[in-house]
Amino acid sequence: MLTCKDFLAELSDFLDEKTDAELRAKLERHIAECPNCWVICDTTRKTISVYKGMKCYPIPDEVHSRLLAAVERKMEAKKAAGKA
Amino acid sequence: MATESVPIAAPFELSPEAKEELELVNRAREGDATAFSTLLNRYEGKIFRLAMNITQNREDAEDVLQEAFLKAYEHLDQFQGNSKFYTWIVRIAVNQALMKLRKRKTDRSVSLDEQIDTGEDTVVREIASWDPDPEQQFSQDELHTILQEAVDELAPIYRAVFVLRDVDGLSTEETAEALGLSIPAVKSRLLRARLQLREKLTRFFKRKGDNAFAYM
Repeated sequence: MLTCKDFLAELSDFLDEKTDAELRAKLERHIAECPNCWVICDTTRKTISVYKGMKCYPIPDEVHSRLLAAVERKMEAKKAAGKA
Repeated sequence: MATESVPIAAPFELSPEAKEELELVNRAREGDATAFSTLLNRYEGKIFRLAMNITQNREDAEDVLQEAFLKAYEHLDQFQGNSKFYTWIVRIAVNQALMKLRKRKTDRSVSLDEQIDTGEDTVVREIASWDPDPEQQFSQDELHTILQEAVDELAPIYRAVFVLRDVDGLSTEETAEALGLSIPAVKSRLLRARLQLREKLTRFFKRKGDNAFAYM
């Protein structure tokens, strides 16, 4: 019989579907009988889902331009060193 | 004297995306500027986000972004092709970001591999059901702020693992490789990060009328 602590230790693998069938069945039985663990499982699943669609920081144009210029300088230097 | 670049052969059957990326890396190694610019455009946003998440300082993050791509270009010959280019450049960026943190915190070294308290941070303090679609209650900007502030409150060792694994969608193995951590270390940090974020977000997303209560 799994305890709530046992369930919590396996929660990530359970949500990522990385547990074997036997353990998965035990974990599913536990949340069917334990309302607290069911809520934790459901809200953790939603936490992961809400972050999945999170967009990147927009890179300011001047940062992108500086990065590009620095890389181009490096490329030129490498090319010049290759010719030497 | 010019050194001839030897193209990387795919070590095993690659997906079409991985094949296309390896081709870009090979072309960049041969001096094709457009190929490297394509890689840069593809990953600069993610690298900047990761750098912001680790350093939590815009100026440092910009430095990390630039240093990571310059180092990647410089050491392109060392890319073996048995991992994704993104995983490889993440590792460079993480090292640069940690160096920034070390410079800022001169009193102690900073590492993503430091020992963590294994007890307190898996204690669940709040339990309340959420609305079925909690994100619908907020505008895109509000939601972004809520999510980012919650991540910012995590310790750096959790932040980097969570962002790579759950936001960028790397596998546990790729995250371990990118951060130089063991797989069990990634797993335990990920669990703690997810539980801590769940608790922080419960403040915003819980169903009206549900009271959070202490547990475990």
